[in-house]
Amino acid sequence: MSEFAVVWQHRDLILHGFENTLIIVALSAAGSLVLGALLTIPLMSRNAVLRGAATAYVDTMRCVPFLLFVYLLYFGLPSLGLRFDNWTAGIIALLIYNSAYMGELLRASWADLPKEQIEAGHAFGFSGWRLFRRIILPPVLFSALPLIGNQLIQIVKDSAFLTIIAVAELTHEATSLQTTYFVPFASFVAAVFLYWLTCVTIEGTIGYANRYAEERR
Amino acid sequence: MLNVATAPLQQPAVAADERPVVLEVAGLSKSFGANVVLRDISLQVRKGETVCLLGPSGSGKSTLLRCMNWLEEPDGGAVLLGGQRVGVRPGSNLRMSDRDLAAMRTRVGMVFQHFALWPHMTVLQNIMEAPVHVLKRNKAEVRREAEALLQRVGLADKMDSFPARLSGGQKQRVGIARSLAMKPDVILFDEPTSSLDPELVGEVLNVMQDLAREGMTMVVVTHEMSFARDVANRVVFMDGGYIVESGVPEEFFGAPKSDRARQFLARYARG
Repeated sequence: MSEFAVVWQHRDLILHGFENTLIIVALSAAGSLVLGALLTIPLMSRNAVLRGAATAYVDTMRCVPFLLFVYLLYFGLPSLGLRFDNWTAGIIALLIYNSAYMGELLRASWADLPKEQIEAGHAFGFSGWRLFRRIILPPVLFSALPLIGNQLIQIVKDSAFLTIIAVAELTHEATSLQTTYFVPFASFVAAVFLYWLTCVTIEGTIGYANRYAEERR
Repeated sequence: MLNVATAPLQQPAVAADERPVVLEVAGLSKSFGANVVLRDISLQVRKGETVCLLGPSGSGKSTLLRCMNWLEEPDGGAVLLGGQRVGVRPGSNLRMSDRDLAAMRTRVGMVFQHFALWPHMTVLQNIMEAPVHVLKRNKAEVRREAEALLQRVGLADKMDSFPARLSGGQKQRVGIARSLAMKPDVILFDEPTSSLDPELVGEVLNVMQDLAREGMTMVVVTHEMSFARDVANRVVFMDGGYIVESGVPEEFFGAPKSDRARQFLARYARG
């Protein structure tokens, strides 16, 4: 029997991993987009302490390899008495890590907004949260759309690292299939195909959203 | 130093004096670092008046306008809106809370040089946004008024367009309608035609002229001398952070008192 036939026969395993990957990606993508958007507030704050703390967080995340960060959360934190199961540790790692990236790219997009547009918000009586929510955030999201798409794809790829803490996601299930039946080529190609499918879907969705956003920026 | 800032104001502008003062600037000063932009500026704007601020680039007129609604915080002096201090808590020198300042700003309209429409909203949404979400007014009622305003500035057919699809002149007319929707006590115009193609300037000035005629209180920073001459009740000429002279347009354009104003006008006459 060919390698691919073996994979096809055990497709339930691969699809189970794929399903888990989609859940992980959806949760971390939505969560890091929301947290990243909120993070822009301290990143753009006039308060130097607040801004410094937020910038330090972003810089730290950008300098730590994701794999090491996952190790730290799952294997390191128990030494401090903080213990997560592998799913929780994995999703928290993806969230904390990618929120920093999302926050930074949204901050850059905010800094690029025409200043008058925000001043008009002030001049018409907007302030605080209402100014952020109604005047600043929507154009920031519209103009950052292509970068958000890139980051979502990054989340898909980062999720594969969670195999090292035994989260049953796509890479993990593909690995277990190949070690059980010794079909490395076919099981990894199957996994790659499903990652590719996910990324193409994200790109397509962002492309569609981009057309919608085009006349709104 | 001769205080040229206040002297011309003591000359009563005939008939205008009966009307209440909407906006007052008293002894205002502002610097950016070592660069002094406004020096002891005092100015009163009465209800229904159109005051044009003229002067060469860098004379401080835009900064003065931006200080009027505290988009720029002055270093000294006061701005009063209907007799109330702007930007400063009553009975103190403490900065007003953002919320109180925002509430005060709803009474002052502003039209920007680069339009500053919100790009993610349609024309209609741009006009309705602040009345609905800041003033918390009834949406259906605001919509009716917004549609009437668009009719008035000749853009009823562009209601559902996004700003990106409009010409500069159209954008600026939306900008004016957006200000009018707030029913402000006064509208500040910051070089409203400076970033327009020459052939689009007229359509914006016409709308402004109609507003002036209808008795809207307006402060206009402009380089459009013919507008200032034909529409303003009073022109204020600034240079180097001072008000050099101020008076009715016939006087200012016919017989300017200062050398600086004469030079300034001569440059415009040469084109």
